[in-house]
Amino acid sequence: MLASAMALPGTDDPINVAQTVGFGIIAAVMVVSALRVVTTRNVVHAAMWLVLVLAGAAAQYILLAAEFVAVTQVMVYIGAIIVLFLFGVMLTRSGLGADADLSRKNWFGGAFVAVVLLGLLSFSLIDTFDDAKIPEDRGAAALAPVDEAGAAAPASGEDAIVGSNTQAVSDTLFSRYLVPFEVVSVMLTAALIGAIVIARKD
Amino acid sequence: MLINQFLLLGAVLFSIGVYGVIVRRNGVAVLMSIELILNAVNVNLIAFSALRGDLGGQVFALFVIAVAAAEVGVGLAIVLAIYRNRRSVDLDELDLMKG
Repeated sequence: MLASAMALPGTDDPINVAQTVGFGIIAAVMVVSALRVVTTRNVVHAAMWLVLVLAGAAAQYILLAAEFVAVTQVMVYIGAIIVLFLFGVMLTRSGLGADADLSRKNWFGGAFVAVVLLGLLSFSLIDTFDDAKIPEDRGAAALAPVDEAGAAAPASGEDAIVGSNTQAVSDTLFSRYLVPFEVVSVMLTAALIGAIVIARKD
Repeated sequence: MLINQFLLLGAVLFSIGVYGVIVRRNGVAVLMSIELILNAVNVNLIAFSALRGDLGGQVFALFVIAVAAAEVGVGLAIVLAIYRNRRSVDLDELDLMKG
């Protein structure tokens, strides 16, 4: 099995109660909001519940010490994508006010697929990673950028004091993942031009 | 923190998103469900990044966010074009390719 072949870190570490309680509160908010996104009868309300899910995800990223991704999540998702959704709702006039036709009448098939999928995923995750814990002392040294030879670059003392990983993320992004980064910028340009061509009137 | 709590949260969000994609009839609501799925992926990527101490996971989460932004832009443009032609964004009425 996969579980026996992998070395799982932190199996015997103690559980940090404060972090786990914080995770639980945020996760409960996220799950309830996500359920409202797919069940509410008003598209505008669905967009507002989606804001709560995205903000909860940003909070989880901060809990996992990924501040830069959390800030990007807030700026791109909550700042831009939700506004785009609201414009889409406005321009298509789809459900300003409650709309009974937002979901299909027979939702049992979808619920069945979702529950089976969740069961399979949960079983395989618990079977594979049952007691692995995220290491507590992941500071600048643990998250230092890895150079071409695969050795971790020594972290300066200043980074460890500041405790921010933004510099390390940018170092990784602009060295090892430079080509994908450039491809993403080409893709964004293509998507911009494509959206304009598809949506313009003529 | 257990790695599994984040992975199970991602699994729950993913399943809810799949349910939304199957059940919703409005094109904009389906795109919102796809956002739920992409966020589940991001939670998993960040959790594995923290577990392994490798920043590649965070970089890939940034890529996923960029792809999601492009996807929503093009997707909403398609929904707008459909609305302009059909005066409706009900996905059940889009049966032009039905034989």
